[in-house]
Amino acid sequence: MSHVSKVFSNGTLALSDMSLTVGRGEFISLLGPSGCGKSTALRIMSGLGGASSGQVDWPSSKINSKGLPEGDIGFVFQEPTLMPWQTVFGNVYLPLRLQGVGKAQAADRIMTSLAEVGLADFAHAYPRELSGGMKMRVSIARALVTKPKLLLMDEPFAALDEITRQKLNDDVLRLWKNSGVTVIFVTHSVFESVYLSNRIVVMRARPGQVFSDMAIHTSYQRDALYRASEEYRSVCFDVSKALQDAIQQGGGAH
Amino acid sequence: MTLVSSSAPARDDSGTDAQVAVLVPRTPTSEKVLRIVIPVLTVVVVVAAWQIIIWANNIPKYILPGPWDVVTSFFGPDWPILLPALWVTLQITFMALVLALVGGVVIAVILVQSRWIELAIYPLAVILQVTPIVAIAPLLLIYTPSTQVALMICAFLVAFFPILSNMVQGLKSVDHNLLNLFDLYGASRWEQLIYLKLPAAQPYFMVGLRIGGGLSLIAAVVAEFSAGSSGAGSGLAFRLLEAGYRLNMPRMFAALLLLSLTGVAIFGATSLVSWLALHRWHESAIRREN
Repeated sequence: MSHVSKVFSNGTLALSDMSLTVGRGEFISLLGPSGCGKSTALRIMSGLGGASSGQVDWPSSKINSKGLPEGDIGFVFQEPTLMPWQTVFGNVYLPLRLQGVGKAQAADRIMTSLAEVGLADFAHAYPRELSGGMKMRVSIARALVTKPKLLLMDEPFAALDEITRQKLNDDVLRLWKNSGVTVIFVTHSVFESVYLSNRIVVMRARPGQVFSDMAIHTSYQRDALYRASEEYRSVCFDVSKALQDAIQQGGGAH
Repeated sequence: MTLVSSSAPARDDSGTDAQVAVLVPRTPTSEKVLRIVIPVLTVVVVVAAWQIIIWANNIPKYILPGPWDVVTSFFGPDWPILLPALWVTLQITFMALVLALVGGVVIAVILVQSRWIELAIYPLAVILQVTPIVAIAPLLLIYTPSTQVALMICAFLVAFFPILSNMVQGLKSVDHNLLNLFDLYGASRWEQLIYLKLPAAQPYFMVGLRIGGGLSLIAAVVAEFSAGSSGAGSGLAFRLLEAGYRLNMPRMFAALLLLSLTGVAIFGATSLVSWLALHRWHESAIRREN
């Protein structure tokens, strides 16, 4: 995306001249204080919200009439956003159904997708029977069932407890490695972003802009050992510092 | 409270939360029995008290008939008169309800398509709703080909509004992120309606159905009272009036009893439909587990 600005209808400048180039297969975290336009940026990338100016380009995808690479984007919201009247299977089937894939043909792909998040045994359960973490897994399975090139995640684990969250972080990393999907992950947690991503984009607020763009290289496997390492801690420190500076520049946004 | 947990097959890669079993609350048998026995017992006690008061005070049955008088009167001379009347009332009620359901859903779907259509149509629906049905009934009699049609329109008008307003509310209460998701996958308006909005509105529709079902019976009776009909093809309301003029109190009570039983049956049927549709997923049909 290049030079994207977004002005809300109430006159608030949410994003100002934000540019970001995303390479294939990257795991990017968008990190910043609340109100810095992380989610807005994500929505513009997904085509859910239009940009007031600037444009989003998709060099490697087929573009549909709305200017979006259809079927190439998966989106995971902050809430699981499941249809309560559908089973887990029915929920994961949704994107394929909307693409016109028949149920029989879709069944294999749905079960594979569910197996990848460890929920193959729960295909016929209803969302209300699942815990918060399991619902989130269904949401991830649904986003991945179309085999998208780009997976957008909007603070997906913010409402989960720490243990579930760490487990899901590991799952996302595994899915990312196995599928080669590009991930853009919005979060407000420094630790989560450092653990997951190979690139962290720190944003500042008022107006929302890219403040700092940091590549994260590590020799570690990303696991519990990495979390306990000196390297992890020093990267976290650097990123925290960048975030602090971003907050100060943003006029003390909270 | 007993909870039966079917332990979920735990897999190594399925996360800590996959081991949380799916809990299925089960009602103990004794409680199930009590749930039937207690209401039945209440009715029996009330009826018995009624009969005892009649006996104790020697009240003649042309002033207040006892339950036994009502029953013998119904199974004696009354049922050949009352059952055909009930059939007429039922026909009016159900045709009105079906029309109200179809009309309510279709118009609600049209209303939520655009704010302008809603602004145009909704006031009309409100005006029809707030005008007392007893005031409309005589007018309708003038313009409709038969009394039955007039009664049906009355019952329809009363049942229609709760279904419409609940449906409109339901269609508008769809989770915004689910709407975003449908947009993301390029769903058409039609797909959005079929796969998202209509299923999401189900709980609201069921509320409308339960209210509308009861109201259409009441409206069918009230309209007949005010419209007045006679001879062949008359409903229970006419038979009630007629029995009143003749001071045939047991028949009045028998007709009343039939009406209440019909109302209870309609409530039971609509509640059952609602439960069948929602019990697998909606909070309203699920017992709280604490």
